[in-house]
Amino acid sequence: MTRSISDRLPDWLQENLVEAALFVALLVLIFVMSQLSPAFLTTRNLFNIIRFIAEIGIISLGMTAVILTGGIDLSVGSTLGMCGIILGALFASGFNIWLAALIAIGAGALAGFLNGAIVVTTGVHSLVVTLATLAIYRGIALGISQGDSYRGFPEAFFSLGQGYLGPVPVQLFIFLILAILVGIALGRTTFGRALYGLGHNEVAARFSGVPVARMKVAIFTLTGMLSGVAAIVFVSRVSSARGDAGQLLELDVITAVVLGGTALTGGRGTILGTMLGLLIIGVVRNGLTLAFVPLEVQAVFVGSILIVAVAINRWLRGR
Amino acid sequence: MYVDRGREISIAVFLAVIGIVLLIFAPSFFRPGNLENLLVNTSYVAIGSFGAMLAILTGQPDISVGSILAVCAFASGAMAVAGVPIPLVIVAAIAIGAALGLVNGLLVTGLNIHAIIVTLGTLSIFRGALLYFTGGAWIYDLPAGYRAIGLGSVLGIPNPVWIAALTLLIGAWVLRNTAWGRALYAVGSNTEAARLSGIEPNRMLISAFVANGALVGLATLALTTRFSTIQSNAGVGFEFLVITAVVVGGAHIFGGSGTVVGVLLGSLLVGVTGTVLVFLEISAFWERTLHGVFILLAVSYGVVSARRRSAHTRSVAEESA
Repeated sequence: MTRSISDRLPDWLQENLVEAALFVALLVLIFVMSQLSPAFLTTRNLFNIIRFIAEIGIISLGMTAVILTGGIDLSVGSTLGMCGIILGALFASGFNIWLAALIAIGAGALAGFLNGAIVVTTGVHSLVVTLATLAIYRGIALGISQGDSYRGFPEAFFSLGQGYLGPVPVQLFIFLILAILVGIALGRTTFGRALYGLGHNEVAARFSGVPVARMKVAIFTLTGMLSGVAAIVFVSRVSSARGDAGQLLELDVITAVVLGGTALTGGRGTILGTMLGLLIIGVVRNGLTLAFVPLEVQAVFVGSILIVAVAINRWLRGR
Repeated sequence: MYVDRGREISIAVFLAVIGIVLLIFAPSFFRPGNLENLLVNTSYVAIGSFGAMLAILTGQPDISVGSILAVCAFASGAMAVAGVPIPLVIVAAIAIGAALGLVNGLLVTGLNIHAIIVTLGTLSIFRGALLYFTGGAWIYDLPAGYRAIGLGSVLGIPNPVWIAALTLLIGAWVLRNTAWGRALYAVGSNTEAARLSGIEPNRMLISAFVANGALVGLATLALTTRFSTIQSNAGVGFEFLVITAVVVGGAHIFGGSGTVVGVLLGSLLVGVTGTVLVFLEISAFWERTLHGVFILLAVSYGVVSARRRSAHTRSVAEESA
């Protein structure tokens, strides 16, 4: 009989093995980074990390739920780009900025709803459906903006992405509130339990009366909506809306979720794990930025982390 | 093997409809020069799509091909500028593509992770590493010998069209008549059955990824040799063009079916979209949206026809029972 590594550990550690390992990895990383650069452990820099990971983090909450069911959403980066452009275009045509933001978030939810509805009605795997909608939503962003960017947003709007509440960046609060809400929904409600059940064994879940199709549509809609929220924070942070915003963002989001211990096969994973995975990516990216490694080259590290994280997940669970 | 001729006929009809619309609204589309341009522009898509289909036949799509194309483009361009003999440059481009395909294949089989996830990772790794080495610089002043590959012609037909035509002809022959070709379909339609009949699925998968990489190298030679510079964003979005072409051409995205005729028709459709939009005076920025819609229509069509087929099989079985 083959026993996985985790079988030999005490129960309390076994149950939180991934989270514990990630926490240790995070501490080690922070120690290494602080030794490499004196600028790392400053308040200013830590806030930079938070500003950077908030958008990825907001989307990763929905992505965790999607991957829990054994699905995936590759279209989140495009959805972010599309929602940002919708915000910009509505504002440019005279809408109130906050109304425009609400409509943009609604458009994100609609995009997510379409993903879910197509997956459920055709039975085609979400990898393929969202690969197609990735192109569609990006095309809409580029088509509406014609490659231009929208600027000149009102000063009050910038508070979301550039402002502080007390000493803390505003988007940290947005992210934490959403994380707590999604965390409770997944861990403490019947909906959440049913979601884990569905990811673990879809047929069994269906026979126990779980409305599988409706739940899938719901979590894709949630992910799309969160991409819309992330788009608002992003536009507010960088002061302009561009059609190519959020390209390859799905790489960071999926890496954070998978690094956080969520199995791509579904049924396992927690919001806490995702948040730890997210912090690790934030620290790695920030450390590389401090070491003057260009953004595009950083993708080498994120891509490697993705592959290694999936491999380690398999190995730890002995499957 | 079930061949869906209906699919191929419906794309051909769709292309004909586009042709009629153009004939009415933009007859200048049919100037000989424009048609030749379209064929040349479609060549590299057709070569890459045939490669993509080999990976897709095993059920494992490769989405890193745009980054592989960029690496092949910069490596071959830099070699040509440095004065390496052109035949050697050609071999190197294909070999580098094959080597990167090998990396993908080994990662997918070694770690037993789905290719879309692995190649999402290598897509970033390959391009990131390339940008690290080039520092984002472009390559200028490509030598005439290098550019002759893409700009030259034989018997009045441009070289890229020759390369694509030969690739598809040889490819069709290999898929139909060699043990390797038959085994690719077998692995994709039922991995376990293929294993039991003595085919090693992992070896098939690795060889399909290597062949795909080599074909991306060949596609690079049919593309970058036509321009005077190689830009740092070369090949971005290439994976969409080829996956759209393959899926629209009737291949099942998770393996087992797909034809060379389908790849050819799919490539033509993908290759003309941008130009057709321009001639109909619609902004080419909508091209990606159209490609996404094509993929969705194609996979939905596949699902509907599969349902109809299984319903048909069931009723035949019931009648004979």
